[in-house]
Amino acid sequence: MILAGKHDTKMNSQTLNLTTTTWDVIVVGGGNAALCAAIEAASTGATVLLLEGAPPVYRGGNSRHTRNFRCMHKGPLSNLTDTYHIDEYFDDLIRVTKGQTDEKLAKLAIAESEACLPWMEAQGIRFQPSLSGTLSLSRTNAFFLGGGKALVNALYNTAEDLGVTVQYNAMVEKLIIKNSRFESLQLNINEQRHSIVGKSIVLASGGFQSNLDWLAQAWGPAARNFLIRGTPYNKGVVLKNMLDQGAQSVGDPTQCHAVAIDGRAPKFDGGIVTRLDCVPFSVVVNKSAHRFYDEGEDVWPKRYAIWGRLVAAQEDQIAYAIIDSKSVDLFMPSVFPAIQADTLDKLAQQLGLNEKALTDTVEQFNNACQTGDFHPTELDGLRTHGLELPKTNWARPVNKPPFYGYPLRPGVTFTYLGLKINETAQVMTDLDTPFKNIWAAGEIMAGNVLGQGYLAGFGMTIGTVFGRKAGQEAARHVS
Amino acid sequence: MSVKSPITTEVITEAQRQIRICNACRYCEGYCSVFPAINRQRQFATGDIIQLANLCHNCQGCYHACQYIEPHEFKINLPQSLANVRVESWQTHSIPSFFAIRFQQSGVAIAAILVIAIALFIITLQNLNTTDGNGFYAYMSHSMMVLMFTPLFIAPLIIIAAMLKRYWQTINGKPIRLTHVQQAISSAATMKNLSGGQGQGCNYEAGDRFTNKRRWFHQATMFGFLLCFASTATATILHYVFQLPAPYPLLSLPKLLGLPGGILLVIGCAGLAWLKVKANPDLGATSVRGGEMAFILLLGLTGATGLLLYFATGTSLVPVLLAIHLGTVLSLFILMPYSKMVHGFFRLAALIHDAQQKAR
Ligand SMILES: Cc1cc2nc3c(=O)[nH]c(=O)nc-3n(C[C@H](O)[C@H](O)[C@H](O)COP(=O)(O)OP(=O)(O)OC[C@H]3O[C@@H](n4cnc5c(N)ncnc54)[C@H](O)[C@@H]3O)c2cc1C
Ligand code: SF4
Ligand code: SF4
Repeated sequence: MILAGKHDTKMNSQTLNLTTTTWDVIVVGGGNAALCAAIEAASTGATVLLLEGAPPVYRGGNSRHTRNFRCMHKGPLSNLTDTYHIDEYFDDLIRVTKGQTDEKLAKLAIAESEACLPWMEAQGIRFQPSLSGTLSLSRTNAFFLGGGKALVNALYNTAEDLGVTVQYNAMVEKLIIKNSRFESLQLNINEQRHSIVGKSIVLASGGFQSNLDWLAQAWGPAARNFLIRGTPYNKGVVLKNMLDQGAQSVGDPTQCHAVAIDGRAPKFDGGIVTRLDCVPFSVVVNKSAHRFYDEGEDVWPKRYAIWGRLVAAQEDQIAYAIIDSKSVDLFMPSVFPAIQADTLDKLAQQLGLNEKALTDTVEQFNNACQTGDFHPTELDGLRTHGLELPKTNWARPVNKPPFYGYPLRPGVTFTYLGLKINETAQVMTDLDTPFKNIWAAGEIMAGNVLGQGYLAGFGMTIGTVFGRKAGQEAARHVS
Repeated sequence: MSVKSPITTEVITEAQRQIRICNACRYCEGYCSVFPAINRQRQFATGDIIQLANLCHNCQGCYHACQYIEPHEFKINLPQSLANVRVESWQTHSIPSFFAIRFQQSGVAIAAILVIAIALFIITLQNLNTTDGNGFYAYMSHSMMVLMFTPLFIAPLIIIAAMLKRYWQTINGKPIRLTHVQQAISSAATMKNLSGGQGQGCNYEAGDRFTNKRRWFHQATMFGFLLCFASTATATILHYVFQLPAPYPLLSLPKLLGLPGGILLVIGCAGLAWLKVKANPDLGATSVRGGEMAFILLLGLTGATGLLLYFATGTSLVPVLLAIHLGTVLSLFILMPYSKMVHGFFRLAALIHDAQQKAR
């Protein structure tokens, strides 16, 4: 009790300070983009307030779930091997986005990513060789030692050393904007409303993927069965408030990036461990125990992102991957043990599937399998024959007990809808003019460059490049 | 053949649960030897968990880097989970394990041993015939000292050897090669597993910031202890082989080793105790906190009283100081198999086994 009381008084004096100061730069959000902005602004000597909606233990939004960022380099850099030039990087981006990107902003992000790496090191972030099981990324992606949470910790420590004031549990609700100029904001700290005044503001509060109501508006009621891979705090409150006040939007409001993850994952914040890499070696069925897509269409890194949507389209947004003991150790270990049974009948029972339907599907599949060489790590062309819906690689009969099953559900990584920005990360109005003192960085503006699809590690690149830029610009505005 | 370890199943099951999550995540791979060892496997039997636990140096890096700490439902706290397994593994591999449980958990029990040992020496010294001999041996003949100490020195070492043999069976260790030992010793000598993977140190007393304080204090303690040990050993050799009894001049091996050794030991232990007070107890095995603290103090006291004794040479304080010093040394040795002291032996065994596994 006494402790709580002391804590309260400390809180109150901090909140008093928050509300009576006119801050040079206010940063909304507490993930990578926000921290990069706060650090850049504070290093100019500006007074900076960072408002993180989450409590300390959950600080860092989706950034704390990340593992790497995609970095251009003209020669070997840190742990990055070989070269990764701007053109190749840009081509990769065009391929995944099918051209839905703002070329100028995209090239800017790519070109500046190279300088970000040493800058991040200077802020205390450390890098490590690419993690086991991710060799394919060792040339293009720089991995954070300890992952995103370690990165976030390093950035908070640096920010605090630079004198940034950090307020946790601070949910920003509304910006007061007059004549395209930000004046103050309203926020909720521990269930109490406050108003804070600032000369400039950087919005880095992420997307809206944890706002199930909003997702349901875009996707229909099915969205309520989606699992959210990251933080529950990114509800898009600030994004919505800005769009309501005449900010220009980018990105498809009805789309989100979703992958198929373990159906037993927590509703929020399951993060990286809930991914399942078993699909290429499985027979995947829906609730009626029917197959619905070619499980062996391509290597998994190129296909995992479409399975979110595939599963989302099935009844109750659930599917089941069925494998046998031949294949159970061929992919990265799963966070929850597979459901195991000696016969397919028993497995069907445990999964809640119709036994006859499942055995029929698997029998049909097994009969269509051909003999041939099986290569788990490359397209082996081992395909079924005679099935209406073929499996075109890695098609081996599922017949060696024990049998294993994994439930699959769509796991949402992020949403695409965001705020339109210009090349200095300034937020644009519907009239195509910038708000005078409002900048945006990170997921909240990622739609400018990632209109569709996803390029592994680009989220953190966007956050770092535009976060830094936003912080520098906001500080320059008040100096 | 593997020895059945009566270790509590909950402790093992909890570590298995957490390690399964880490094996799906792997973000902490760069911090220490534990994660690469995890990544080499998919299933973890009790012996595997015990090995991982002894490989963990409790640098706490993986706790602060973890996105799944409480209140997240995955409730990851690997440093604590492995510490619990580790401590239980020392207890269950100990002979008799009852002693280990007692002394590891209770600082009072350690203090009691100390008091008894000191009292023993005071009584012995008072009743001794001390006409011949110089220096310490004016108070207690060397033969008397050897007679008392030898069994008490040797017995703990035999017990520890037996414990390590049981450990080796539990973890299914293979025949040891010199290169395995070399790798293990080099890792221990540099405290590689407290380096954070890149020399930034560990998270211990400063929350999620990295410092090398614990690494330095630990090394001061370890090398201090080894120097003191070497000092005693050289003195024994000088005495018996070269017929050169104590006291030794400043420029002699026992003094050249013992003096810096004692100073390092005192600094190291004081530092470790200070850090322990500042650290978050919930990232270690809370049940043995008291015992560990008492043990650090005992170790420090051994060095401090040794130094005092040196500076008091020729004064009337010597008999009392000698009794206290010998009491601390005796307690330390008796407690060796039953206190935090065993961690060094188990760590080394775990590092040797890890070198074997890596080589496969
Ligand atoms: C499981 C997972 C793994 C990923 N792995 C990678 C990867 O390896 N590499 C990569 O590049 N990208 C990865 N991403 C994407 C990446 O997380 C994002 O692109 C990036 O973190 C965005 O940074 P940000 O700072 O904009 O948002 P976030 O890090 O999500 O930060 C948003 C912050 O705003 C706060 N906030 C929200 N609303 C409010 C409000 N109203 N008031 C105050 N604060 C608020 C939140 O609490 C949070 O701190 C991954 C995403 C997930 C879910
Ligand atoms: S401690 Fe946490 S972050 Fe580190 S490997 Fe385990 S689950 Fe991943
Ligand atoms: S506490 Fe340190 S040594 Fe132990 S497992 Fe975690 S990172 Fe490794």
